[in-house]
Amino acid sequence: MTALLETRGLKAFYGDFQALFGVDISVAEGETIAIIGANGAGKTTLMRAISGVLASDPDAILCRGEPIGALAAPDVLASGIAMVPEGRRLFPSLTVEENLLIGAYSRKVGPTWTLESVYELFPVLRERRSNPATALSGGQQQMVAIGRALLSNPDLLLCDEISLGLAPVVVRDIYAAFPRIRASGASIVIVEQDIGQALKVASRVYCMMEGRITLCGRSSELNRDQIHAAYFGAERHGLH
Amino acid sequence: MGFIDTIVQGVLLGGLYALFAAGLSLVFGIMRLVNLAHGDLIVLAAFLLLVLVTGLGVHPFLAAVVAAPLMFGAGWSLQYVLLNRTLGKDVLPPLLVTFGLSIVIQNSLLEGFSADSRRISAGVLETASIGFGPVTVGFMPLMGFLSAVAVIVGLNLLIYRSAIGRAFRATSDDTVTAGLMGIRPQRIFAMATGIAMVVVTIAALYLGTRANFDPTAGPARLIYAFEAVIIGGLGSLWGTLAGGVILGVAQSLGAAVNPEWQILAGHLAFLAVLLIKPRGLFPRAVD
Repeated sequence: MTALLETRGLKAFYGDFQALFGVDISVAEGETIAIIGANGAGKTTLMRAISGVLASDPDAILCRGEPIGALAAPDVLASGIAMVPEGRRLFPSLTVEENLLIGAYSRKVGPTWTLESVYELFPVLRERRSNPATALSGGQQQMVAIGRALLSNPDLLLCDEISLGLAPVVVRDIYAAFPRIRASGASIVIVEQDIGQALKVASRVYCMMEGRITLCGRSSELNRDQIHAAYFGAERHGLH
Repeated sequence: MGFIDTIVQGVLLGGLYALFAAGLSLVFGIMRLVNLAHGDLIVLAAFLLLVLVTGLGVHPFLAAVVAAPLMFGAGWSLQYVLLNRTLGKDVLPPLLVTFGLSIVIQNSLLEGFSADSRRISAGVLETASIGFGPVTVGFMPLMGFLSAVAVIVGLNLLIYRSAIGRAFRATSDDTVTAGLMGIRPQRIFAMATGIAMVVVTIAALYLGTRANFDPTAGPARLIYAFEAVIIGGLGSLWGTLAGGVILGVAQSLGAAVNPEWQILAGHLAFLAVLLIKPRGLFPRAVD
């Protein structure tokens, strides 16, 4: 079966500096995967390459078998891949509601995710809808960033470090929304440093280090030592 | 009585300056582009109106309706094909390119229309006036001021009440993240310059019917536009209207004291505001 998203030997560069060295991942329809790794492992670079922010070889990224590696960010979104960027990146000149509506700028608000259904998912945003987005707490801002991406009605949601800088109780609240997002039919890629959180929601896990995948397996089958070794580089594991 | 009349005439003149400045303010607010050819584009639009009025024999207001979409297309193409390539972290390329564009426009107009000064005839409306008690105002200056207010209201509605306006503000905040939301910043910038050129056409209508203009009249209009934008505060459209009015009133008061002081008084008012409030009277909160 053709994967929803697949990368094949994906390389990425910042000028002369190579940040990814032949990364292979795949995401099936309806699947949730996690990409874990320490700071500087290349997780965010991988997200930037997939979402079209960073240029890559056309055939290195496939969406349902179609090459999308050379597409610009708006075209990648049009193919159904939406991104919740690291650091939330909300628009400070826009209110909460306007930030959400920007998510639906190019893709039609579909039957699945509407402003109303995002407010049902995160009720606090309805109360704060007229506030400047950057006046919200970090957790609420993260909800806006997720809601904004959902309003494009994506087939695949890329979530880059959504727990970064947030209190554990807030992270728990945000992750509580994921079953509902999954139920909408969307596949999810979660990039996390919080291994425990990632293992809880993802069916498969990729571990990255120094721009390479060092471990891949089903969350239920990986043990603590394997992940520890792949995360910190004590031992390299075979890929599959 | 003379004092009130001077103030009123200054406010109406300020409307014209606000029209000069609104397009500049819009473009700067969205893409931080300082268009040094803005004044020359106003003069170019005035010549386009002149050609339409003399060639088709239509009234200037009708000519403006025809010219506005043409100028929108020209602005859109100019931004998409040329100016977008100059945008980046370095502020120098857009300044150099628009400075060069200014020279190209001036010399092209000199080639096409000679150095003679021209004026667009508005017929009987040129001399029509309306009495407000002791003060009488010219119809065209009043229309110019009302048009400036309408343009500012219209631009504010566009920017704060429409989907394209949200995209303008989002792109102004963060072009990379805007791209992730499906917004194409290059097209947004082209759209903004296209809209600015429609405002330029309206400004040209009142410039051409109010005073003489020639191919080299652009830079002076640019300076008035700059001063209005900076007095009002960068990126604030209502501030731009206020800046235009302050400039107009200062020039009018200066001229009342001594006709030679008209331009000087405007520049002094600009310097005074710059000294007291360097970011202008109504700067945008996020800048």
